[in-house]
Amino acid sequence: MNLSFLIPAIILLVGAAAANTLRNLVHCVLALTLAFAGFALLYFGLGAEFLGLVQLLVYVGAVAILIAFTVLLTGGGTAGEQTVLSPRWLQGFLLAGAMFLLLGYGISKSRFTAHAATSVRSYPVSLIGDALITSYALPLEMLGVLLTVATIGGVVLAIREPRQASQSVKVDQ
Amino acid sequence: MSSIQIADQIFVLLKHWLVGRVPVSLQPVVGILITVIPIICVFPALFAITTILERKGLGRIQNRYGPNRTGPFGILQPLADGVKALTKEDIIPANADKVVHFFAPVVLVMLVFLAYAVLPMGRNMAAVDLDCGVLFFFAIGSGTEVAVFMAGWSSRNKYALLGAMRAIAQMISYEIPLILSAVAAIMIAGTLNLQQIVTQQAGYSGIFPHWYVFTPWGFAAFLLFIISATAESNRSPFDLPEGESEIIAGYYIEYSGFKFALFFLGEYLGMFSISAIAITLFLGGWAAPFSFLTWVPSWLWFFAKLVTMILCFIWVRGTLPRLRQDQLMNFAWKFMLPMALVVLTSAACWRYTEGWQRWAISFLVVIIPYSWLGHGMMSNRKLEQRKYRFAE
Repeated sequence: MNLSFLIPAIILLVGAAAANTLRNLVHCVLALTLAFAGFALLYFGLGAEFLGLVQLLVYVGAVAILIAFTVLLTGGGTAGEQTVLSPRWLQGFLLAGAMFLLLGYGISKSRFTAHAATSVRSYPVSLIGDALITSYALPLEMLGVLLTVATIGGVVLAIREPRQASQSVKVDQ
Repeated sequence: MSSIQIADQIFVLLKHWLVGRVPVSLQPVVGILITVIPIICVFPALFAITTILERKGLGRIQNRYGPNRTGPFGILQPLADGVKALTKEDIIPANADKVVHFFAPVVLVMLVFLAYAVLPMGRNMAAVDLDCGVLFFFAIGSGTEVAVFMAGWSSRNKYALLGAMRAIAQMISYEIPLILSAVAAIMIAGTLNLQQIVTQQAGYSGIFPHWYVFTPWGFAAFLLFIISATAESNRSPFDLPEGESEIIAGYYIEYSGFKFALFFLGEYLGMFSISAIAITLFLGGWAAPFSFLTWVPSWLWFFAKLVTMILCFIWVRGTLPRLRQDQLMNFAWKFMLPMALVVLTSAACWRYTEGWQRWAISFLVVIIPYSWLGHGMMSNRKLEQRKYRFAE
């Protein structure tokens, strides 16, 4: 247990605990962002520099903002009562605990434990790039297609059909 | 070592000498401190110089003097501004979320300073030589959106929230062309390490350097990068998040005293660091612009290029009007993003061709879609001479 593991672990746990106990949803989002950053730090500690940076770029930079927007658009960010903790914090903890037990059970039963990595090694980014382009080319392409479909779906949802818009104006008049 | 080399490496040698003076057990800590403290001293000092340059420059552009009361020619103005910011009352709105309101400027400045860790400011002069330095820079940069959101939301002010939403939408939109145009340079350099990107651009043909900005794809990518960088650092003509005339300073409307100064500092330091990345990716980093000038120390070239970029930003701010929100978004998604993809294609053509053909192909691949896209965007728009109506 060295400091470089302990500090990210504490950041991660505090962030995660706050994320499922606080009353104000925006606070929860910010706590979750802290937990995401803690994850990135843990990846750095494990020598996975690239993964840690991608974690920061995607989760802290994009996913956290996306959740924050969602919370604000659905009206969850309004000021609550005087209590800091959510009245349902116990349910939150139970749910998180159940998830933890499930994942822990799955991991302990899996084959990873037999040959767990004993030494921390740093992998150069070029190795990851090579692997993505050569042996994992098909999954990468499929992910690209998936993201394209999601983007097109978003555009289709957001597009306003001109004829309907003009009709609604007429109705208003 | 010749005297030229000593002048070039003077800060590196100074650091080694200082670290050598302390006991071995303290050396790592002292080494880190000696690297970090100059960064957090030099760049805020540059910020102070920039504020006076900007106020003077904008004043001249707007046909007035600018600050001229504090000291000779008003050069002590930054000092006066600093004292003012420190002695002002720190007002926190009664309804504000106190904790988040306090942490927003702290998080912003912290993240902005973190980005300086990977910048190569001279030969062998980067605080950390990361294998994926470019990625580190953009990852840290994307975190500032969270700080902006914190500031806007915690103030409980509709202008602040509007400003934060505008800022986040703008930053997310322009981050895509920003990173894609950087990818073009990364593709040609073949590395994510900023030091190596600089060394890839080393060498001269005659007296002219091999910087990426002097290639067809590199010039286009540089322009895209600079436009996106202006938008990322919320500077005019992309200063809608602040928009003094419509939402009165946006997300930091409820900040006063030194917290406001911190936001100001964060914004300028963000502009400096993104300019430094542009210099590293396209303008040859700390390399000299002509082969006969290589005797000038590398760090001097870096800061000379940085100040030149800052002056360009001030010039643009003084001369261009602010965009409208829909123009801003249309420009990002309908022009910047396709052009960034086109530039990527052009860079790929450059990579796999030789001789004069690579110049021709790379140039055509950029210029044909550019003119086509430009005409397409202007086609259903009638541009006439503006008619002025005056009050009678």
